[in-house]
Amino acid sequence: METKKIFHAPVIHEELNSLKAGDTIYLRGSIITARDAAHKRIYHLLQEGKPLPIELKDQVIYYAGPCPARPGLIIGSCGPTTSSRMDVYTPLLLEHGLKAMIGKGPRSAQVIESMVKHGAVYLAAVGGAGALIASCIKKVDAVAFEDLGPEAIYRMEVEDMPLLVAIDARGNNLYEIGPRQFAHI
Amino acid sequence: MAFPSSDFQKFLPLRRKTMKEIHVSEIIDTVARLCIEACYNVGDDVKALLEKAKRQEASPHGKNILDQILQNLRVAQELKLPICQDTGMAVVFLEIGQDVHIVGGDLYEAVHEGVRRGYIEGYLRKSVLSPITRINTGDNTPAIIHTEIIPGDKLKITVAPKGFGSENMSRLKMLKPSDGLEGIKEFILQTVIDAGGNPCPPIIVGVGIGGTMEKAAYMAKKALLRPAGQHNPDPLVAQLEEEMLQAINNTGIGPQGLGGTVTALAVHIETYPTHIAGLPVAVNIQCHAARHSEALL
Repeated sequence: METKKIFHAPVIHEELNSLKAGDTIYLRGSIITARDAAHKRIYHLLQEGKPLPIELKDQVIYYAGPCPARPGLIIGSCGPTTSSRMDVYTPLLLEHGLKAMIGKGPRSAQVIESMVKHGAVYLAAVGGAGALIASCIKKVDAVAFEDLGPEAIYRMEVEDMPLLVAIDARGNNLYEIGPRQFAHI
Repeated sequence: MAFPSSDFQKFLPLRRKTMKEIHVSEIIDTVARLCIEACYNVGDDVKALLEKAKRQEASPHGKNILDQILQNLRVAQELKLPICQDTGMAVVFLEIGQDVHIVGGDLYEAVHEGVRRGYIEGYLRKSVLSPITRINTGDNTPAIIHTEIIPGDKLKITVAPKGFGSENMSRLKMLKPSDGLEGIKEFILQTVIDAGGNPCPPIIVGVGIGGTMEKAAYMAKKALLRPAGQHNPDPLVAQLEEEMLQAINNTGIGPQGLGGTVTALAVHIETYPTHIAGLPVAVNIQCHAARHSEALL
């Protein structure tokens, strides 16, 4: 029986380099969430040379904005949001040490180029599987931009979050490879 | 000047006819309940198409994704979580019978209050903000409200929360009459191709053909309320729906856009007569979390 491929966060470089587009992995460790509004703020802070409220080096960013938690639960539903909206900000974050991104949907050519240049991976979570993903989240703390509510930056401890390596650090892209394989035109 | 007595007799029956009174408090409670219901589950029609998709999907990754989607529905029930974190903008359809009389307050305010309550009590995400300042309104209002007046004395309320992953991939084009049926098919197909993995395939595609710009868009959205997979009663349109479903599934986009044979679960097309110079076509994409709940008051 095939053993589960565990991927740790913050990123361990040997693990990252061993990932290939199409691999199924299970993420374990500490990740941060950031989506549209938080990305815009981080981007401008970086451009202005100002300090960030969070560390980017070797981090894993999850593009997500969760539902509020019901009493007794750690978090509400927390599936991925569409990654392409963060494309414009991503190359700069990769330049500053970001190593992995979790989201859904394809990325731009510029992002993929930057991923190859800086050695980073893009992992796909299943869009709409918000409850299933929430059950993998064991601890949540708001760490920055709390005024943004669901768009705040949260640090999350996750255990065995199922992900697909959609784009690896060599630029192999399942969003291109996959559809080509199944198109009947 | 006196009415001739025969004319006066004509009006008496109208004055005696009773109107059904519906108090806004009932509307608030109902809207709140429907918001929560809609966000916590999908209908059996959608579930059945997802199960069929999982059986038919040729891609192993695609099958696994569909399995996770179905697992998610079960986990959501067990843990009492919304099926997707994007609990959307509340799109509320009101079908008001001509003989209904709303009492106790403003109807639209009641709908907004129902959404406010539902999104707080249901632990749903507050995803609505000012379009330019981007300041969150804090309570997922205002709702989007569509109103139709119909015969009868009932008020039908449908709440269809719309997530924006799919909404953002929707398109409208004012085609030329010379673009014809082929132009329509090309526009629908290209819209789905350009969307790729972004709207969380497998999708349901709502299409409005004809009318005016806003009528086409409204028809495309309303088409999404149909029981998933149910064809338009007009055989010509039903054939077009079937053709487009095949064409979309032949693109190979697949579940989550990662490749596969099931990209769409259904295509629903609505039509309306239009102007001799025009051919508006709107495509409203719905993700697999096709959520709507209704009540009759």
